[in-house]
Amino acid sequence: MSDTFAAAWLIARKDLAIEFRTRSAFLAAVVFALLGLVIFYYAWDPTAVAAIDLAPGVLWVIFTFSGILGLNRSFAIESADHAIDGLLASPISRESIFLGKALANLVFIAAVQLIAIPALAIFYNLPLQHIALPLLGLAFLAAIGLVAVGTLFSAMAVNTRLAELLLPMLALPFFVPIVMSAAQATSKLLSGRPLSEAAAWIKLLVAFDLVFVVACALAYPFTVED
Amino acid sequence: MSSATGTQLLEVVGLGRAFGATRAVANVSFSLRAGECLALFGPNGAGKTTLLRVLAGLLKPSAGSASLSGVPLPGGALLRSRIGLVSHQTMLYEALSARENVSFAARLYGIRDSARVESALQRMSMLERADTQVRSLSRGMQQRVSIARAMVHAPQLVLADEPYNGLDDSGARSLTALLRELTAAGTAVIIVTHNLVEGLSLATHAAVMKAGSFVRFDTRDSVDSASYADTYRQAVASSV
Repeated sequence: MSDTFAAAWLIARKDLAIEFRTRSAFLAAVVFALLGLVIFYYAWDPTAVAAIDLAPGVLWVIFTFSGILGLNRSFAIESADHAIDGLLASPISRESIFLGKALANLVFIAAVQLIAIPALAIFYNLPLQHIALPLLGLAFLAAIGLVAVGTLFSAMAVNTRLAELLLPMLALPFFVPIVMSAAQATSKLLSGRPLSEAAAWIKLLVAFDLVFVVACALAYPFTVED
Repeated sequence: MSSATGTQLLEVVGLGRAFGATRAVANVSFSLRAGECLALFGPNGAGKTTLLRVLAGLLKPSAGSASLSGVPLPGGALLRSRIGLVSHQTMLYEALSARENVSFAARLYGIRDSARVESALQRMSMLERADTQVRSLSRGMQQRVSIARAMVHAPQLVLADEPYNGLDDSGARSLTALLRELTAAGTAVIIVTHNLVEGLSLATHAAVMKAGSFVRFDTRDSVDSASYADTYRQAVASSV
């Protein structure tokens, strides 16, 4: 088991080193998130909908779609020179490849969230200071589920001709329960309700995370078998 | 189809691999002992790469079996750690340097000794460019790094698919010297090449593959280069 996590960490470090050097997906995701905020902001009529009611939906739509930009790249870097063959021919387990990719994607999405959440607070004038920690925790929990599903479908889609189109088509239906739970819990937090009122949604989110992480890690080896 | 010296390392019996109705490899049998080298020739589409991918554990056989040191392929982690693969593609990350690529490969095989990485790069004369990003290297230099990557864990069996592609004279000499060193140290090598001279100079065995099957399998000593060239040309000509 420790070998699996050591190999996963090795792969995650490699992926993050590549992303740190190229910054292509991260910059694209951050720009996408900020542009999304701007578009929602100018399409918003504050006299019709309160910021607190709109913000959770905006936040999770932005995270979902900007995350897909990074997820698309996750296995694309392995297919350029068939580097994936080097991983598959090595003694590491298939599960460790999945976990490594998922870990790198988690860091990627968390980094986008760290920029997008304060930006959301500025655009919609939201007082986040007293709920910053629970909101970050919630965002992290949701990112785990998104990353598990997205990493699996990224592996499935990468060898198809329409990978960029196929990934969102495959992944978005599975994102729905995660985004729904996260948006509902975010709404409770933003409207100043006690954390206990969001607990049911958070528990649901944790349950989805557990199911998706385990199911996707177990399913991944089948995506690379011939 | 078998051979002479060293302990039995690789045994392939009736191996086949089909993609749907297409039989890419059919009924291939041979064995190699430690320190032996099989040069595999054949026209494009003969099934050479598929055979190597099956032996590397990247494809499952549809028929027959293969074993390395008595362990059936495709095996687990221990078996995969004994195989080195040089592919058509470099299997490198272009945003990483040559050293980082080889070091990453070494760590995949549980090797943390940086001296092994340096040694592998040095053997392919890549130490001076070790810190250059792969995307900035020429195709030939990328191939050298790819070979260093495949050899860094000192595999028992090397599967080299057209390893001379893109190499200049110096790189080709380094590779030939490396393969000779490896076979002398007991590593078995299967090399796919279209260059008869290079292939036969290294080989203890030679085979010509066509339409997924071996049409010839000989020990090097029994091969007359001229007649072998004729067989090869006929195989290529009849496949066009």
